[in-house]
Amino acid sequence: MHSLGVPANIPIWFFVGVLLTIYGALIGGHGVYAWVTHERSMVVLANLHAAVWWGGMILILGLVYCVKFFPRQQR
Amino acid sequence: MILPLSSGIASRLSLAAVVAFPPLHGQLAHLTPLDVAVIAIYFAMVLFIGFYLRQASSTSEQFFLAGREMTAWIAGLSFVSANMGSLELMGWAGSAYQYGILATHWYWIGAIPAMLFLGLVMMPFYYVSKTHSVPGYLKLRFGESSRILAAFSFAIEMILMSGVNMFSMAVVMKVVLGWNITFSILMSSLAVAVYVGLGGLRSAIYNEVLQFVLIWAGALLVPILGLVEAGGWHKMVAKIASNYRGQDYVHLWRDTGHFSANPMGVHWTGIVFGLGFVISFGYWTTDFLVVQRVLAARNLRAAQMAPIIGSFFKMAVPFIVILPGLLGLVVLQNPDGTLLHLVGENHVSALHPHSFNEVLPLMMVRYLGPGLLGLGITALMAGFMSGMAGNVSAFATVWTYDIYQPLIRKRASDSHYVAIGRWATVLGVVVSIGAAYLVMHAAGIMDYVQALFSFFIAPLLGAILLGMFWKRATAAGGFWGLLLGILSSVSLFVWVRMDPSALSMVAISPDAKSMAENLYRALWSFLISIAVTVVVSLLTRPKPEAELNGLVYGVTKLPFQEPVPFYRNQWFWAVIVVVLFAGLNILFW
Repeated sequence: MHSLGVPANIPIWFFVGVLLTIYGALIGGHGVYAWVTHERSMVVLANLHAAVWWGGMILILGLVYCVKFFPRQQR
Repeated sequence: MILPLSSGIASRLSLAAVVAFPPLHGQLAHLTPLDVAVIAIYFAMVLFIGFYLRQASSTSEQFFLAGREMTAWIAGLSFVSANMGSLELMGWAGSAYQYGILATHWYWIGAIPAMLFLGLVMMPFYYVSKTHSVPGYLKLRFGESSRILAAFSFAIEMILMSGVNMFSMAVVMKVVLGWNITFSILMSSLAVAVYVGLGGLRSAIYNEVLQFVLIWAGALLVPILGLVEAGGWHKMVAKIASNYRGQDYVHLWRDTGHFSANPMGVHWTGIVFGLGFVISFGYWTTDFLVVQRVLAARNLRAAQMAPIIGSFFKMAVPFIVILPGLLGLVVLQNPDGTLLHLVGENHVSALHPHSFNEVLPLMMVRYLGPGLLGLGITALMAGFMSGMAGNVSAFATVWTYDIYQPLIRKRASDSHYVAIGRWATVLGVVVSIGAAYLVMHAAGIMDYVQALFSFFIAPLLGAILLGMFWKRATAAGGFWGLLLGILSSVSLFVWVRMDPSALSMVAISPDAKSMAENLYRALWSFLISIAVTVVVSLLTRPKPEAELNGLVYGVTKLPFQEPVPFYRNQWFWAVIVVVLFAGLNILFW
């Protein structure tokens, strides 16, 4: 049993990290693509490119969780 | 709009009206392939977790109590996530649009004191008694009859609420995305049945933590961008005052001195005693849906810390729920640039095509582009599914331990009860689907289902508080207090339905509105439960003190807890919560 209290090998935080990483890559990646290609957007405040920075933050958070809670690193 | 009873019950609000009055307009949002991929990945992940955790849920302790191995953080996040339930996000954003910041009471005074009380005072008794469930505690304290009464109440309530949640989600998906109702019901219920049926409470908790993170990731961007567009909090407040003259949307307490002085039609006494004490304490300390998550903690300190950790996040939820509703008053516009006015469900028309309940989806569509919208929709679904899974996993436990074991098969192998738990999960989902279709074909039933939920909370609180803190309380006192408390709550409900003018007597004011009825009905049924328990207990023979060890304050020797640094002590963090709670109430007074 590892420190997060679940007798499974993969801690919940690793699942969280994987999901956030995938989401961050997809959303941030599409945001960058839309910015570069000047894709027309129907949303308000599109000029802030929320998908880029929000997706980027989610990606970074996800990667941090993936690395920190990678199953082999658990006690 | 049918008003909520507590933030946990928030989920149950307002969809009755949606059902009764489907929107006149088309779907609110159109998903891109990227949005669909985001939603599909979420479903794949929750199902994978269910299959993955099957191996770790083979004993009853593992299946029903997640092996009692959860850390305080996991139990705490799961505790809050299970409560967020079906319509938490949409319903309360709609309430904030309609009533302003008053809706925040259901997150702060309607939750925080009770969560602290559960963690600091009540948790030791639940935890030390090693009970599997809240009805299980009643069995130990008051005997079999109280347990059976509470177990059937819980089981019926949870399964019906699960069905209501399921149907509510399907209606929301139809309104927002144009999805077929049957498709939404089957998709969500099958996913919940698979991951809870396979992995039990452990899988439910795992997914609730995941869903909690997704809810924040998907919903937090809306108020941030809303505040940017509105020009900040102060400009938003100024615009609300300018757009809606004569109505106060931004004060928590200032206008609660009289029923008619605020849009909710409530008085501060109802908020403090009805919501802040009876309903809130009843829900957060006796509803097995949430208590079960804390019982899964790995030791007493973790069990005590879990609700305290949860209370920090609970205090923050208004940022993603209430604030978008307030921002909707300012930023939502018609295509011609005029201010968009949302209306009650029964006033939706071609002129006013959107209801209060749609404020959050409207805000999402306003700000969230491809991918982000999928994440926002996933946040809504995650909220629905965490509440549904909470109901189903709690039902499986109560059914197995408090109904099947005492009434049908007293002695069987551990694996037999695990199998019963898995089948109870499937049964719970199937009956929930039936309840969902029942509601679909008889919308008025939803009102009664929501009321049903409120009937049990307050009397149960009376019985458990006296049981836990008064050693003189007897088995007969507990049973009759619980039963007569429930019956009095039902009677008050029926009385007001048959004679609406009775509301002025129930809530002690001719200006009271339906919200006040809920608050005061809870208060009266609680007091009746207390009074009956006290009187009957004084007339009957109490249990010897030796039999109350582990169950009652004053005669229980609590386990020794190793000293920890102050920053790991539950009392330290509880004080921080109290200071924050007081500060927020003063700030938004």
